[in-house]
Amino acid sequence: MSNSTHQPPAPRTAPRGAPGGGAYTRHDELARGLGWFSIGLGLLELTAAHGLCRALGLKGRETLVQAYGVREVATGVAILMSHDPTPWILARVGGDALDLATLATGFEDDNPKQSNLAAATAAVAGVTVLDVVCAQGLIGQKRLSRPGAFDYSDRSGFARPARTMRGAASDFATPEDFRIPGPLRPWTETRA
Amino acid sequence: MKALVWHGTRDVRCDTVPDPEIEDGRDAIIKVTSCAICGSDLHLYDHFMPGMKSGDVLGHEAMGEVVEVGKDNKALKVGDRIVVPFTITCGQCEQCRRGNFSVCERSNRNKALGDTAFGHTTAGLFGYTHLTGGYAGGQAEFLRVPFADSTHIKVPEGISDEKLLFLSDVFPTGWQGAVQCDIQPTDTVAIWGCGAVGQMAIRSALLLGAKRVIAIDRVPERLQMAEAGGAEVIDYDAEPNIVGRLNDMTDGRGPEKCIDAVGLEAHAMGAVDAVYDRAKQAMLLETDRAHVLRQMIMVCRPAGVLSVPGVYGGLIDKFPIGALMNKGLTVRTGQTHVNRWTPDLLKRIEDGQIDPSFVITHTIGLEDGPEMYRVFRDKQDGCIKVVIRP
Repeated sequence: MSNSTHQPPAPRTAPRGAPGGGAYTRHDELARGLGWFSIGLGLLELTAAHGLCRALGLKGRETLVQAYGVREVATGVAILMSHDPTPWILARVGGDALDLATLATGFEDDNPKQSNLAAATAAVAGVTVLDVVCAQGLIGQKRLSRPGAFDYSDRSGFARPARTMRGAASDFATPEDFRIPGPLRPWTETRA
Repeated sequence: MKALVWHGTRDVRCDTVPDPEIEDGRDAIIKVTSCAICGSDLHLYDHFMPGMKSGDVLGHEAMGEVVEVGKDNKALKVGDRIVVPFTITCGQCEQCRRGNFSVCERSNRNKALGDTAFGHTTAGLFGYTHLTGGYAGGQAEFLRVPFADSTHIKVPEGISDEKLLFLSDVFPTGWQGAVQCDIQPTDTVAIWGCGAVGQMAIRSALLLGAKRVIAIDRVPERLQMAEAGGAEVIDYDAEPNIVGRLNDMTDGRGPEKCIDAVGLEAHAMGAVDAVYDRAKQAMLLETDRAHVLRQMIMVCRPAGVLSVPGVYGGLIDKFPIGALMNKGLTVRTGQTHVNRWTPDLLKRIEDGQIDPSFVITHTIGLEDGPEMYRVFRDKQDGCIKVVIRP
């Protein structure tokens, strides 16, 4: 075999903006925080739905609040357990919209708890902002490849075209303990 | 010294740790000139491999210059350039004498743990779980090499680190994956996974004379690299019915030889068994995801061979033992007996038959390691193989 003329590929350096140090970015940390918050809020909604509804003047919606609690717990667990929390943070944004819509239905003239409702709405709006910031940050730190961004079509590892390399290592003697024992060999008609 | 240190699930940091010291007369210390992040490091990163401890130094693909030698080590001297096999081998036990280096009986210093986890101990491994010794790894400025008088591959000057580094693991691992298939000129070899080991297995199968090599993945740049190496490819995002597709490509007979270069973190969006595996894994009811193994068993031609260089760590579920038994399949597995293959592979590199550096996509410093673990794990930025220059 002649000496290779294959040129070593030009490797890429680290992606720009690589922070070094620890593995978690602040958006990862924020996602984990939101995950724990989601679980906590969900448990509160599940166990204290009646008290919450009474405080917000939303009587009669206890079952709905408990359903939201299940959603919050499930989302929180998914955020903490998934490799990539991005879709679950986006799901939280959708959930925030549901929460805000539900709270909005309580702003009626005969609701004596409108001040509590306004505080709750402001809190949910604040968390929504955090969710959106987190989702944007997580998406932004991905280094997604555009189709065709990387061209590895010349990376055969061979000095000659790959199709000409078939059997080039035929000088290799497979060790006896790596060969299929003779009596067990199938397709013997194909063996010279 | 600086080193990449595991602190927990998806938490790798570039820390300052104590320099390694000679602990035994057969040891050597090397100044690491190049090391790499391996796909199986991701099993540690994601914490699917049991037996990790916070503070463990990662890395099992390393090479460098010998800077200190133990008093009983007559095989190495200061200044030698060596590649370090990822399997630590005493060179003296019965398994080492047989060439079964990855099941060395003496190099796992946590033998009792290995016995408990696997029935019998296997070789010690660098930068890996404490089930295999818990030895500090090579993603660091310096590395202590235990049993260094047998755990080394001397390499000549004049050939770049990039061409030689992968003798430590992925090149011989892909090679052994193909050799385990006992490839014949009539064989179709199907290879699951086009990461670095899969890429090496593709080229090894071709060099060993396979009639056809079919590679399966979903990442476009990995499939492109597989095609460059002579494989036909299947994108399982586009064609999720892999068994049907492979049968179609082989006149309904299936490939004679199947190689699993994926291991315990198999992905398969939407496949029922993959979702089942992921859910059970999340609930700690199984450790490994067996989607690829199931496909291989179902599609392999009867009396064919399954080769499993992909890493598994514990238990799997819903294993089609009926198909495996009734089809008369042969299963070959194991961590790589690195030193068994490296003299031959080094010669092939020196002769220019193959240049393993084709697989490198990123070269970084240690401080960028934590970020690159994430990029590599998420298959972003075209990342297939990361080389670190400490």
